[in-house]
Amino acid sequence: MDTKEALYNYCLRLGDNNLVLGQRLAEWCSNGPILEEDLAMTNLSLDHFGQAEFMYEYAAELEGKGRTCDDIAFKRNEREYFNALITEQPNGDFAFTMMKHLLFSAFAQHLYESLSLSNDKRLAELSVRALKEIKYHFRHSSEWIVRLGKGTQESAMRTQYALNELWMFTADLFEINKIDETLIGIIVDSNELFPAWKKTIETVLNTANIKIPEKVHMLKGGYNGKHTEHLGHLLCEMQYLQRAYPNAKW
Amino acid sequence: MTEEDKLKRFNICIEQDEKIEPKDWMPEQYRKTMIRQISQHAHSEVIGMQPEGNWVLRAPTLRAKKILLAKIQDEGGHGLYLYSAAETLGIDRGEMIKQLHEGKAKYSSIFNYPALTWADIGAIGWLVDGAAIVNQVSLQRTSYGPYARGMVRICKEESFHQRQGYEIMVTMMNGISEQKKMAQDAMDRWWWPALMMFGPPDGESVHTKQSMQWKIKRESNDVLRQRFIDKTVDQAHFIGLEVPDKDLKFNEATGHWETGTINWKEFHEVINGNGPCNHQRMKHHIKAHNDGKWVRDAALAFAETEKNDQKQLITN
Ligand SMILES: [Fe+2]
Ligand SMILES: [Fe+2]
Repeated sequence: MDTKEALYNYCLRLGDNNLVLGQRLAEWCSNGPILEEDLAMTNLSLDHFGQAEFMYEYAAELEGKGRTCDDIAFKRNEREYFNALITEQPNGDFAFTMMKHLLFSAFAQHLYESLSLSNDKRLAELSVRALKEIKYHFRHSSEWIVRLGKGTQESAMRTQYALNELWMFTADLFEINKIDETLIGIIVDSNELFPAWKKTIETVLNTANIKIPEKVHMLKGGYNGKHTEHLGHLLCEMQYLQRAYPNAKW
Repeated sequence: MTEEDKLKRFNICIEQDEKIEPKDWMPEQYRKTMIRQISQHAHSEVIGMQPEGNWVLRAPTLRAKKILLAKIQDEGGHGLYLYSAAETLGIDRGEMIKQLHEGKAKYSSIFNYPALTWADIGAIGWLVDGAAIVNQVSLQRTSYGPYARGMVRICKEESFHQRQGYEIMVTMMNGISEQKKMAQDAMDRWWWPALMMFGPPDGESVHTKQSMQWKIKRESNDVLRQRFIDKTVDQAHFIGLEVPDKDLKFNEATGHWETGTINWKEFHEVINGNGPCNHQRMKHHIKAHNDGKWVRDAALAFAETEKNDQKQLITN
């Protein structure tokens, strides 16, 4: 794998995380616990689709086959998506969704901070753009986790449950494969992000009185296209029109 | 000042086209009518998120997803300002939602029709938002200040909504035959309900007379409906869509399009709860509201403890 091909694949990974999260957040549309939060989640979803779009645009340019960002977003099969497993997990209740976003946005914040220093200028630029939004996502989800953790007995229980269920997907975020190895020097080794991420998460969780579960068996594979069963359904729905009318322009 | 004097002042205010503001005295019936109308408008914005939300996950391109999400977000935002405008009349949002769930408050019947294909998203933006704009532009001059100002803000966003809907229709009419068929089918299903959005004909409208006197309503249902028909028929023909009305004809003398008769029986059926989606829309809203109760409770409880902690800090 040469650098260009690796970078193409890396952009897919970044784009796919955003696409899948955007899709999951959009499921909240008209289902939020209060109108303000309905709108906030729609807004986060919009940010994620925007980020997916510019990551895919860059990927399409690197690939140089004249494909569009939509070809990339809509016309691949399940095993060709490289998003982290946590992003595709179903929304669950509001605490579950917020926990998912806390864990992910803290990761993305550290990742984009490091990528904004990349010597691939375009990747650095895109990361700066994404970082601005993701900082807000982190603030939004961390404030909710604290509110829910310290709110009522029920909300604390639901929040703790969410972390217990989601923790097994966190190591997957820091996995590296051949793509990362090829890009050493352009991107940071994700393992190096882990301590900073852990600290960020612990600060929020401690404030919220939520405990990190111990001895959890970690599930991994998203970056290699080995997903949970949930992804296929999400794609099925998302790709419906593009698959049903392959010759149509929208 | 006696009640009579207050009423006199109110009437002069209305006559001189001045706005009524929250702190001003107003007849109880005016207040009730305003609450009914603004809360109905707010609920319509919110319930309208459902048929459009139904296609967010299946929108066919990233751009389409972004536009649709932004539009739905605008509609929810309209709901928020309208709830606040109604709150200036002394009712809170929780109470308004309760009235909605109990069937005491209504929302626009148009959202009781299903969004079946992607072309429906085009038709909703173009026809439903298009009809809403005609109505809302007129309401910018309504006599209640907070409502009038809300309409000014809302109208700025509405024209984008209509344009994005029309753009979807244009794209589909320029597309493959299946897309054209989908677009025409959406037109066939949404045209008549869109005309009904303006309410019953002037002679039969129960609220119109008093509302016109109080300048809550500035133009009659039929006048607004005709304005919508005239601008929309041309837009349909321009992209090759047929208007599903065999009696439609252009009157050279008046310069207006004349339509066949609207099926008012259907209109009343839908208002009375028998439209294709009435039950589904209400069930959906009630479920989301009930499912979210623990979140709202937690946020309240948290705000309470924070406040107490602050107090303790100060007294210590
Ligand atoms: Fe609106
Ligand atoms: Fe609108």
